[in-house]
Amino acid sequence: MSGPEAPLLLVENLYRHFGGGSATVAAVDGVSCAIGRGEALGLVGESGSGKSTLGRVVVGLDAPTSGRVLVAGLPPRRRGRPALPRQVQMVFQDPAAALDPRRSVAASVTEGLDLSRRQRERRAVELLEAVGLPAATAGRFPWALSGGQCQRVALARALSMQPRLLVADEPLAALDASTAAQMLLLLQGLHRAQGLAYLFIAHDLTMVRHLADRIAVMYAGRFVEVAPTESLWGRPVHPYTRALLDAVPPPVPPVSRAVSPPGLLGEPGARSAVGCPFAPRCPHAVGRCRVEAPALRAFGPDHLAACHQAEGLPPWRLR
Amino acid sequence: MALLAVADLSVSFRTPGGVLTAVRGMSFDVQAGETVAIVGESGSGKSAALLAILGLLPSNGHAAGSVRFGGQELLTAGAAALGRVRGRQIGMVFQDASGALNPTMTVGAQVAEVAARHLDLGPRAALAYARAVLGAVGLEPPRRRAGEYPGRWSGGMRRRAALAIALAGRPRLLLADEPTAGLDATVARAVLDRLDRLRSEAGMAAVLVSHDLGVVASVADRVLIAYAGRIVEQGSVGDIFARAAHPYTAALLGALPGRGVLRPIPGGTPDPRYLGPGCAFAARCHQAVRGCALAEPAAYPAPGEDGHSARCWLWHPDAPAPLRPGRGGGHVGP
Repeated sequence: MSGPEAPLLLVENLYRHFGGGSATVAAVDGVSCAIGRGEALGLVGESGSGKSTLGRVVVGLDAPTSGRVLVAGLPPRRRGRPALPRQVQMVFQDPAAALDPRRSVAASVTEGLDLSRRQRERRAVELLEAVGLPAATAGRFPWALSGGQCQRVALARALSMQPRLLVADEPLAALDASTAAQMLLLLQGLHRAQGLAYLFIAHDLTMVRHLADRIAVMYAGRFVEVAPTESLWGRPVHPYTRALLDAVPPPVPPVSRAVSPPGLLGEPGARSAVGCPFAPRCPHAVGRCRVEAPALRAFGPDHLAACHQAEGLPPWRLR
Repeated sequence: MALLAVADLSVSFRTPGGVLTAVRGMSFDVQAGETVAIVGESGSGKSAALLAILGLLPSNGHAAGSVRFGGQELLTAGAAALGRVRGRQIGMVFQDASGALNPTMTVGAQVAEVAARHLDLGPRAALAYARAVLGAVGLEPPRRRAGEYPGRWSGGMRRRAALAIALAGRPRLLLADEPTAGLDATVARAVLDRLDRLRSEAGMAAVLVSHDLGVVASVADRVLIAYAGRIVEQGSVGDIFARAAHPYTAALLGALPGRGVLRPIPGGTPDPRYLGPGCAFAARCHQAVRGCALAEPAAYPAPGEDGHSARCWLWHPDAPAPLRPGRGGGHVGP
């Protein structure tokens, strides 16, 4: 993180509960984090872990139950309505649904800009070229574009606001492998060359690794581990992080069949209301884990994890 | 004799814009107890081929060629004959698992219905069997899961319920379209683990269709690489990863995250309506020579185990060897 100035994104003790009474679901259950200027934070976790809810609260699409979000020093909502500063933009998983089918690409890309018609056309072409699309795309409509092209258009629209932070919610999940790789390189280029910061939400750790400076692992609404990318891959502490890394397909398949069960107990998403939320699925859980929630503790430079049993776990070894 | 023998399969669709040929002569065999993965990007024809094998093409679709299952021709079989094969002999799982489940019936009743029909079981025996199948796909505890409705289940649980329905008739062959797409990594791993266990314990053969080479690598015996309606390379998993012969396969491997520097394939997949006379990958291939765009190559043998072949001029017996890809560990890069 950079220097004494305020971080670009500050999340303090954030809660977002849905429903009420005994049916309350804590989608985000006490999360604090910061993203520095030009920093890429990867956010991984399974469906239902609350990662998308956190992203929506950060950009002001949803209001927190309690806690605070500051983007460049300002809250993303005012008087209960989204008032997102231009410096933060979002792209979503389903690019086709994010674009208005009746608007041309040029109109979509420049919709937030106060420009004359000629300036608008010129700006649209600049933005499209910045995301690797030919100028001729400007006059086309979303239904005539592939999924990868739509995602580039959605990105160009986000970039039209000249954001400093881009919240990207599974932006590659709907794309083919090679299209996703193209998109990932594009996002990487914007990060490295222009210092665009990211909250990059994904369930695929390998994709996140290529982009993120730091990775936060979320389970049942809480951060269970936050660490610099290489530290997380090299020395994962939390049993859930280890299970996620174990589930990554090996780059080269071994000679013998490689599938082994993920080594977790219970059903995905199983959570405990008291104690460690991961305890029902954790093969290493002991009595204390079921009654006392672990707090994030330091296990190395910038490397935090929330696990009572961390010291007693077997040494980590990637398959 | 192969369990499934697909020969020169073509699939075309009548569309308002003209006839669109999605599959252009695919041939492959699946042996009993073998897992074959078909890998390709959107538009490669892999899903259309799967639907054609099952006789499930939409009304504007047409399949030609031959699909023989246990010696029986499926493409010309009537609805009654197909009905006896589907479900009982060939199980299927589609990408949209929710669409395969009935929201008004318990999961146990849906699995039991299939078991009762195909295995000739009474209602009580069918339900007991259904619970065993739910347990086998990891839906624990099966007794409770059998009594639940699918509506409130997560995507991963629905996918496994659809898998349980596909497996309930004890098929000899399972066809699965993107069996792990959209699933969390640990769930995807559990699904693949179950599939692999069924292969080894029950001798079931499987055809898995996916766009993700990395996912299928750990469970497949053989891999077919589809591009623009053709199988451009086929071989054992080891040959595909260590000795990729087709430049497209090598490029796909380079685009996999987690293998070092990302090297995406430039450009996009071609529009099937406007394919030229040559190799469909030529325009994106950095090893293409002048002839590649003029005429299409046949499948030529490539080094490695028997059956490793590539549709690429560089493997033509008369092509100069130094041009060939696949050297240096399967990566082709600038």
